[in-house]
Amino acid sequence: MTTTMSKANSAADERYRRPKRRWTYYILPVYTWAVLLYLCLPIFVMILFGFNNTKGRYNISFQGFTLKWYRELFSIGGLTDALVNSITIAIIVTIVSVAIGGALGLALGRYRFRGKGPLSLVVFAQIATPELVLGTSLLSLFLTLNIPRGYVTILLAHIMFCIPFVAVTVQARVAGLDSSLKEAALDLGATPMVAFRKVTLPMIMPGIMAGALLSFALSIDDFVTTSFNAGQTVTFPLWVYGASRLGIPAQVNVMGTLIFVFGLALAAYSVIAGRRKKA
Amino acid sequence: MSRVHADDASRLAAGGFRRRFGRLTGYWLALPGGLWLAIFFVVPMIYLLSLSLMTGDFIHGFTQTFHFATYGHTISLYHDQFIRSIMYAVIVTVLTIVLAYPMAYWIAMRGGRNKSSYLLIILLPFFVSFVIRTLQWQFILADNGFVLGTLKNLHLVGSGFHLLATPVAVICGLTYNYLPFMVLPLYVSIERLDSRLMEAANDLYASKFQALLRVVFPLTVPGIFAGVLMTFVPVASDFVNAQLLGGAKTTMIGNVIYTLYLTNNDYAGASALSFTLMGVLLIGIFVYARALGTKDVMEAAAL
Repeated sequence: MTTTMSKANSAADERYRRPKRRWTYYILPVYTWAVLLYLCLPIFVMILFGFNNTKGRYNISFQGFTLKWYRELFSIGGLTDALVNSITIAIIVTIVSVAIGGALGLALGRYRFRGKGPLSLVVFAQIATPELVLGTSLLSLFLTLNIPRGYVTILLAHIMFCIPFVAVTVQARVAGLDSSLKEAALDLGATPMVAFRKVTLPMIMPGIMAGALLSFALSIDDFVTTSFNAGQTVTFPLWVYGASRLGIPAQVNVMGTLIFVFGLALAAYSVIAGRRKKA
Repeated sequence: MSRVHADDASRLAAGGFRRRFGRLTGYWLALPGGLWLAIFFVVPMIYLLSLSLMTGDFIHGFTQTFHFATYGHTISLYHDQFIRSIMYAVIVTVLTIVLAYPMAYWIAMRGGRNKSSYLLIILLPFFVSFVIRTLQWQFILADNGFVLGTLKNLHLVGSGFHLLATPVAVICGLTYNYLPFMVLPLYVSIERLDSRLMEAANDLYASKFQALLRVVFPLTVPGIFAGVLMTFVPVASDFVNAQLLGGAKTTMIGNVIYTLYLTNNDYAGASALSFTLMGVLLIGIFVYARALGTKDVMEAAAL
C-alpha cells in the first residue's frame, strides 16, 4: 500500500520536478557513455590509421585517406607469416581444447568421481594464476628437459590455458541441465554414445560454442605465454611487439581492423543464431 | 535355443559393460584434460621451483645445487621493481573500481532493454589484440600525437611536456586494459540485487546516498572481490604496458623477468623472481580472502 502510494507520489513529483532534476539525472548516463567511448577510442584510432596515407616510418599523424595499405596488405613477408601462424595455431588450439576441455567440463558438471575436488581446484588455480607465471613455468619445464621451443610448444601452452576456460563454460551449462533426459534416452534403448550424440551434445552446444569462441580469441591474441615459449616462431602479437620499436607499419592496423570486423561478425552471428533458436 | 541363450548372454554382457563403463565415464571424460593440466600446469610449477635453485650459466648448463641464496640475491637487486609493480597494481585496482562502479551501477539499474548492447560495447576492445590496443595508446599519448599535439598548439601545456615514459602513461594503459575485467563482475553482482531492497531503504527514510552506501555497496562486495582478483593479479605481473608506454623508471617486475629469461639467460634468477611473484600474489589473495570472510570468497569463485 505504502509502496504504491509513494510510487504514485514520486511519479507525480517527477512531472513537477523534472526541469530542476535534469542535470543530475544525466550525470550517470553521460559518464557511462564517456567511459564506453574511452574503451573504444583505441579501436577508432586503429581503424582510422589503417587508412592513413603516411609517408615516413612513423604512423602518428593523419596525412590523408588511402586504401593503399589494404591493397598492400600482404607485402610484408614476416608479418604475413606471423598472421598465418597465429590463425593456424588458433584453429588447432580451438579444436583440441574444445574436445578435451569440453569433456572435462562435462565430467566436472555431471559425474561423480574420485579426485573431482582437487581437479576443480586445479582448474580454478590455473585461471587465477598470472599468465607470466604460466609462461615462465612452462619455459622452465622446456629448458630443464631440453625441449626445443617453437610452433609445437606454443600449441601445448595455448591448449593448456584454454582448457580451463572451456571446462568452466561447459560445466556451467551442464549444471543447469536435467540429467533425467539422458537417463530416459538410455531407458528407451539408446546406447550411451547415441544418448550423448542425440541428447546431451545438443543441450550443451551453447556452452561448447562459447568455449570455442573464447579459446579462439584467447589463442589468437595471446602475447605473454607465447613470448616465453615461442623460440624462433613468430605469431602476430609477437611480430607487432617486436616491430614496435621501429614504428608500426600501417598494415598492422589493417590486419587488426580485419580481425576486429571478423570477430564482431562472428559474435553477432552467434547472438542472432541463438535468438532464432529460442524463437 | 542356444541362439537365444547366446543373445541373452551378450545382452547381459553389454549391460554389464554399460554399467561398468557408466561408472567409469567420469574418469574417462576427465582424464585427458586432467592429464594435460597436470603435465603443462602443475608439473611446470615444480620445474620452476627446481630451476630457481640451480646454479650455472647458459653455456655450461645448469645443475641442481639447492642454492637458496639466489632468492635473496635477486630480490635485493630488484626489490624496487617489485614494490613498484605492487604499487601500480594497487593504484590501478582502486582506479578501476572507482571508474567501473558508477558505470556498472547505471547499466545494471537503468540499462533496461539495452543492457546487453552496453555489455557488448564493453567487450569490443577484446576483439582487438592486447598489444595493438596498447600500441594505439602509444600513438594517442605520443609527444606530438593528437592529444598532446593539440594541447601544445593551444599552448595549454608547455612544449616540453610529455606523457610517454612516465608512470602516468603506464598506469593509464594498465587501467584501460583491465577496466572491463572490473566492470563485468561488478555488473553481475549489482544486476542480481533485489530492487525491493532499495525501495525498502527509501521507505525507511534512507537518502539515496545512504541506501547506496549501506545497502547496495555491502551486497556487491563479492563482485568487487572477483573484480579485484581479475585485475590486481594480472596487473602486478604485466610487462607489456610498462614496455610500450613506460621508460627506464617505470620498469615492472614482469619486465625484469622477461629480460632475465630471454635476453640475459639468467634462468635461475628469473625463475626465483617468478616463483616469488606467484608466492606474494597467492599470499595476498589468501589474506584478502580471509579479511573478507570465506563465504564471500566462495560466492566470488562461483561468479
